[in-house]
Amino acid sequence: MKRKIAVALAAAVVLAVVGGIAIQADEFTKKDQERWEKEYMSVVQKGRELWTSPQLGTNGVACAQCHPNAANTHPETYPKFQQQLGRVIALREMINWCIQQPLEGKPLALDSPDMVALEAYVAYERRGVALAPGKH
Amino acid sequence: MNPIVPSRRDFLKGAAAAAAAGVVPMSLVKLAFADPAQDFTFAYISDAHIQHISGTKFVRNWDRGLIRAVAETNLLTPKPDFVMFGGDLGQLGTKAELDHGAEMLSKLRAPLHCVMGEHDYYLDLGEHWSKLFGPHWYSFDHKGVHFVVLNSILTHDEWTYNRWPSAEERMLQMAGLDNPNGSPFMVGEKQRAWLKADLDKVAKTTPVVVFSHSPLQKLYKGWNFWTDDAEEVQAILAPFEKANVVYGHVHQIQYNQIGNISFNAVMATAWPWPYPNSYAQAQHTMPVLTVPMNRADPFFERDATGWQFIDVRTGRVALKYNLYNNTARTVAWNPATGKPEDTAFQDPAKRVPPQVHY
Repeated sequence: MKRKIAVALAAAVVLAVVGGIAIQADEFTKKDQERWEKEYMSVVQKGRELWTSPQLGTNGVACAQCHPNAANTHPETYPKFQQQLGRVIALREMINWCIQQPLEGKPLALDSPDMVALEAYVAYERRGVALAPGKH
Repeated sequence: MNPIVPSRRDFLKGAAAAAAAGVVPMSLVKLAFADPAQDFTFAYISDAHIQHISGTKFVRNWDRGLIRAVAETNLLTPKPDFVMFGGDLGQLGTKAELDHGAEMLSKLRAPLHCVMGEHDYYLDLGEHWSKLFGPHWYSFDHKGVHFVVLNSILTHDEWTYNRWPSAEERMLQMAGLDNPNGSPFMVGEKQRAWLKADLDKVAKTTPVVVFSHSPLQKLYKGWNFWTDDAEEVQAILAPFEKANVVYGHVHQIQYNQIGNISFNAVMATAWPWPYPNSYAQAQHTMPVLTVPMNRADPFFERDATGWQFIDVRTGRVALKYNLYNNTARTVAWNPATGKPEDTAFQDPAKRVPPQVHY
């Protein structure tokens, strides 16, 4: 009996600790939200700068020349079967394809901050559109 | 048999030759009248965007588009009476770009008339372009048709003369299609007065064809698919029984009818643009008449460019679009509705999935 109480007490302590942490994690403030939004928008802004600048390639061509406001990039449809490549790819692989072909540049590392910024910008311009993975 | 009307057969012979080399990213315009002796054709090439890298290097992709258009225009049978170039020969308006483009255009075997684009203008306000191609706006008559060329890419004086620290900066700002620091295009009061005086001398029954770089209608301001004083220009054209406007800038198939005026866009030799409705954040007024061309496949470098065979036999334009990797399109005047319509795809039930832009 004593043992059962000890186990129950221990479980209660564990729950309290875990639960306590969980409560703490939920307690973000409006200030936190504003900071996170600002962080996100600064990366979107960096993405927009990359999108409109010739620095990703070697021939002076910028993404925005063919994709004003990142239109016709369909981020909501990825990952999808890219029929020209014959397999399912992520948007960032298509971004690298464009950097290598029309921009005649070197592909970015898939987790590079520049690639994240480009994806953030493309997604931001497409905000409000429902996810449609695989759509053509 | 009419020596010119069956020329479609001859023309297709030319097209077959062209097909051997690829397909032609330019427009063949045919004007035919009651008197067959007066029938004639002209070709239309536009938006080459020749882009200088450094030294003797230019962006290969855009070079190939213009070289191909010129070569294939030269194969046309019957030979066009003249060739129009619809503006944006260069990307940043430099001497290097305009000279390189002019050298390519010099291979044309027919007389050339040029339209000013914003990419040709905003570095030196058209000075070097003018040395190569002549006045910024003008008119000419050819076999019973009155042709007018406008410089429709002007804007507010404050933006042009006072806002930017250098000519290079001004050019860069206007070169970004989606740049919010750009400025709306306009024909302007001075040129509108000239247009009115020019057209006052023309009978209202004479077919009039106006060439501009920007659409002389308001479609989407965010990308300057727009001319700020479009209504004023349309009012000058309104009294003519058969007025046609052919414009570049938009890099895509568009057509519209406003009153007596038919509007038709030509494609680019450089690259295609998305339709404004594919930008989720935009408010726009694309013509409901326009059935879009198929979405471009970026893996085919010249896809979503092509050439148009334009027949103005009735004083109204009928366009036959021959596209690289897609089914040919025909947009013809429908007398029953009084509008240009696609002969195959106008009915929404008959459209193909790639025509849905989202």
